[in-house]
Amino acid sequence: MSNVLERVTKIIVDRLDVEESKVTPEATFKDDLGADSLDVVELVMELEDEFDLQFSDEDSEKIVTVGDAVSYIESQLND
Amino acid sequence: MMFEGKVALVTGASRGIGREIALELARNGANVVVNFAGNVEKANEVVEEIKGLGRESIAIQANVANSEDVDRLVKETIEHFGALHILVNNAGITRDNLLMRMKEDDWDAVINTNLKSVFLLTKAVTRQMMRQRYGRIVNISSIVGVSGNAGQANYVSAKAGVIGLTKTTAKELASRNITVNAVAPGYIATDMTDQLSDDVKEELFKLIPLARLGEPKDIAKAVKFLASDDAEYITGQTIHVNGGMYM
Repeated sequence: MSNVLERVTKIIVDRLDVEESKVTPEATFKDDLGADSLDVVELVMELEDEFDLQFSDEDSEKIVTVGDAVSYIESQLND
Repeated sequence: MMFEGKVALVTGASRGIGREIALELARNGANVVVNFAGNVEKANEVVEEIKGLGRESIAIQANVANSEDVDRLVKETIEHFGALHILVNNAGITRDNLLMRMKEDDWDAVINTNLKSVFLLTKAVTRQMMRQRYGRIVNISSIVGVSGNAGQANYVSAKAGVIGLTKTTAKELASRNITVNAVAPGYIATDMTDQLSDDVKEELFKLIPLARLGEPKDIAKAVKFLASDDAEYITGQTIHVNGGMYM
C-alpha cells in the first residue's frame, strides 16, 4: 500500500504546485502546503476519482495532514 | 456563435421566462437541458424548438426542491453532454397570501422550490464547474425580493434569499472562474402575471415608468449577457429588469 502515498503525493504536487520534498506525511494542507479551503475540497475530489472512493463530508473535515489523507484512503481500500 | 459548444441547464424551462431563456441560449449556440416539474408536453415542445435551431436538447423531469432529483438532473446532464457550463436557476412557484393567513405549508413550498433549489443545484454543479475552471450561474430573483410586497411573504423571502446566496457563492467560487449573478425581473407577461386582474394591472402601469409589462425575452437577454464572456468580470451582481419600477 506504500504506493498510496506516492499517488497522493503526485496529485498534491500537481494540484497545489508545491515541491515534492515538502509533501511529507506530517505536512498540513493549509499551513505547510498553502492550500485554501477550496483547494482542499478539490484535492478530495481528485483523490476520490484517483482511488474510486467517496469521502463523507464528516471524514473529509478531519483530514488535516497528508498522512491523514493517506491513512483514510488506506482504511477505505482495506474495507 | 456566443455559446458554441457550451452546455446550459435551465430549470423550470417548459414555459414562461424559463422557456424563453432556454430558447435564447440555444439561439446563440448553446445545447440546452430543459428541466421541468410536471408538464412533459410543454417541455418536449421546447426541446423540439431548440432542435429546430440546430442545437441539441433533452428534457429532464425533476423536482428542484428535492436533493435526489437535483443530483439525478445534474448527473444525467453531464452524462449526456459531457460538460455543464451554464446553470440558470429559474424554477419558481407562488402561493400568495397575507402573512396572517399564510399556511406553514405555503411558506415551506415556496422557500423550498424558489430558494432551497438554488442551493441544491449550485452545490450539485460546482464539482463539474470547478474541474472545468469555467462556470456561469444565473439565478432568477425578483423585484419584490428587494422592494417587498404585501401578500408574498414567502416569495419575497425566497427571492431576497436568492440574492444573498448569489453573493456568497460568487465569493466562494470566483477563484475557479465561476461567476454567479442574479436577474431580478419586474412584472413580466407570463402565466404567473396573467392571474392579475385588469384593475391591478392598470394600477401597476402607474408604477412602471415604461408603462407596460415586460416580456420574457427582456429577461432572457439579460441572462444571455450574464452567461456570456462579455460578462466575465461581473460576479455577485443583481441586474434589475423592470421597466424602471424599482431603481
